[in-house]
Amino acid sequence: MSSWINLQAVGEIVVVGLLAGAGLPAIFALGLRALGMPGKGHVTASDDELAGGSTAGIAIATVCIAVVLAAIGYGIYIIVISGHGAK
Amino acid sequence: MREGSRRHGFRIGQIGSASLVSLAHGTNDAQKTMGIITLAPIANGTLAAGATTPLWVIVLCALAIASGTYSGGWRVIRTLGKGLVEIEPPQGFAAESSSAAVILLSTHFGYSLSTTQVATGSILGCGLGKEGAQVRWNVAGRMGVAWIVTLPSAGLMGAISYFIADGVGGTAGILVDMLILIAISAGIYWRSRSTRVSRKNVNSEWTGTVAPAQAG
Repeated sequence: MSSWINLQAVGEIVVVGLLAGAGLPAIFALGLRALGMPGKGHVTASDDELAGGSTAGIAIATVCIAVVLAAIGYGIYIIVISGHGAK
Repeated sequence: MREGSRRHGFRIGQIGSASLVSLAHGTNDAQKTMGIITLAPIANGTLAAGATTPLWVIVLCALAIASGTYSGGWRVIRTLGKGLVEIEPPQGFAAESSSAAVILLSTHFGYSLSTTQVATGSILGCGLGKEGAQVRWNVAGRMGVAWIVTLPSAGLMGAISYFIADGVGGTAGILVDMLILIAISAGIYWRSRSTRVSRKNVNSEWTGTVAPAQAG
């Protein structure tokens, strides 16, 4: 069994995959939601555009998107340093 | 939140998530192609046994995969995003993100898997989770059959190609193989033009086939 399936690797793929694959999109969605919060700033944008409404919303969205970008950057960094070209 | 700005936001997100799927595809699927092409010159003695993948293999594979996606991609997009289940930018974004995460992690642990299969699974999951969305299981079944048929038919094609090349012999045999394969590819491409799928009709109403009802 263990020569067929590396259970530890599968477990890590499931856990990290859930965190990165479902968690990061959720944080991104939260950021979008915050960006869409109503407020004073939302005046000129047409219906199809994304515009920051309130200052607090823009701040939350910035944090969310920064977290997502940082996680992606870290993930790519891990893959690059352990990959083919690193040797 | 307004529907228009929600779509807009997730469409921007999709640029990032789709790029990550491309990266994941390059780290996983594309490596198999390059590995097989590198193996041939090694088996032939052209390359030394310990040689790394030559640059021309990397460049040619990148060009071939990119042109294949460019020419045939719309049909796959339509099957997965419209036929299998009708998804919107938020679902597409979620499916791409989870696919990219799973493939990149599997790459990290050295597992090779199929981007298509991972993406199909993600899209099915998104479709099941979306309220009111309907998953067309007959489309999923047809894809499953195609995956099963692919294995033996790829083996058969390989065997036929080998016997033709070996029967004719030498460089001439390879050229005959190449001409036959180019002719078959051109035929498939020509056939696909009559029911063209492009950005204009990729989201047309699903009527049971990849080709939209009216020619776009």
